[in-house]
Amino acid sequence: MLRRRLPLLLCFIAGLFMAVQYYVPHHSVQSAYETLLLWLQTLLAFAFLLGTVSLIRVHYHKIRNKAADRGFSLVMFAGLFAMLGLGFFHPSHHAPGSPFNLMFLNVQVPIEATMFSLLAFYVASAAFRAFRARTLEATLLLVAAAIVMLGRVPIGEMISSTIPEATRWILEVPNLAAKRGIMIGVGLGMMATSLKIILGIERAWMGGGD
Amino acid sequence: MASSMTRFFERFLKIDRRWIFLAIAIAVVIPFFAPLGLPVDVTPPVQRLYDAVDELEAGGAPLLLSIDYTPATSPELEPMSTAILRHVFEKGVRVIVMTLHPAGYGMAESAILRAAEEAGAEYGEDLVYLGFQPGTSAVILGLGVNITNVFPEDAYGTPLSEIPLMEGIRNYDDIPLLISLAGWSASEAWVYFAHQPYGQRVGGGVTAVMATDLYPYLDSGQLVGLLGGMRGAAEYEVLIGRPGSGARGMDSQSVIHLIIILLIVLGNVAYFATRRQRKLAGEGT
Repeated sequence: MLRRRLPLLLCFIAGLFMAVQYYVPHHSVQSAYETLLLWLQTLLAFAFLLGTVSLIRVHYHKIRNKAADRGFSLVMFAGLFAMLGLGFFHPSHHAPGSPFNLMFLNVQVPIEATMFSLLAFYVASAAFRAFRARTLEATLLLVAAAIVMLGRVPIGEMISSTIPEATRWILEVPNLAAKRGIMIGVGLGMMATSLKIILGIERAWMGGGD
Repeated sequence: MASSMTRFFERFLKIDRRWIFLAIAIAVVIPFFAPLGLPVDVTPPVQRLYDAVDELEAGGAPLLLSIDYTPATSPELEPMSTAILRHVFEKGVRVIVMTLHPAGYGMAESAILRAAEEAGAEYGEDLVYLGFQPGTSAVILGLGVNITNVFPEDAYGTPLSEIPLMEGIRNYDDIPLLISLAGWSASEAWVYFAHQPYGQRVGGGVTAVMATDLYPYLDSGQLVGLLGGMRGAAEYEVLIGRPGSGARGMDSQSVIHLIIILLIVLGNVAYFATRRQRKLAGEGT
């Protein structure tokens, strides 16, 4: 019984306190708030540990079960332990030019930047094959996309000064209206879900699916 | 004649995508070797951020710059950090740098080392690097209470109490402006947890695809200004009078956008030209 009620009670107290403290500037309340923030930061740091352990478990099982793509898991382990080793055991891993920094700047940075830049190629190819004015909505989207794409680069201004103006209007009127609607909806949803968690109506976070 | 056109469009629709990749690659590379020098006009969101930075006093209360981007988005966001750091160092404004992302640690460090060396800025007097702490919302909220609770030491292990720049700097009350450069939702988090509860003035710099998400905050005044993608960086470079990689990238971006629009138009023309043929073929079967 306590195993279920204690987490619910702690959740209720912490949730209620974080909501109420915003309106109570008293020193004792702010001091408790400060302490809770430190606890929160410590708890969140464990997420990294949890993530690393989970990553190791997944890839360890792939290698043990001789999965077809286990080679990638071996590369993951090599990268993970190499960087951990350089970070933990090199006396000045912070220093510019240290092996840790060199690995980061010369391996991770170009790899990630390359992966992200591939998007430009796939976007161009996908736009050619899939962006069709089949319906009125698709046509509106297509025209708006073309205007914004031109209006956000200098060549759009050179073609016509109307294009940047139209771009600004699209971003500041229809885009803003849609975004605000979505944000208000999401905000209300977050409030409702938070209340359900604080009041113990929503209990999926405790596991067990109820 | 009509059928030969249809056949041409049918073949065109089935073009090997590697030709498209090649066209994009050429469009990216050539402007770097033969710059087009296209003029960049400054838009109001960038002007507002520039003005907010420009209002900071030399040697006075520092700017807090949160370099929250990762290597993946650095081509778009690094020109922003470079331009902002050049601006503040030229003006003699002091700056505190930190990151909310573990991969941002190295990005922030390389950005400040480069800019500080170029401007002859002195560590501890003109700039401080706090490094990374996990827990985005907890970190942002914690900085509003006491910076030393969140970062007892700088990134190199020196207690903040021993750093001259940090003297008299306790929380957001002592920081007139905060700028977050991020390729994820960090800029929004700064609005939620620094601007709303503490009234901290927040500026943002994000990738082009994310900029539309932040327009509502700009319009409501929750963001003082915004740099959107490489274009935003290029505009800031124009304002400080030092064109850099942002402005250089605008030539490539202009050509690529034109190619993509051309591909969309040609794709649609070919699609509609062959649609009648497909319909007839469908009726025939």
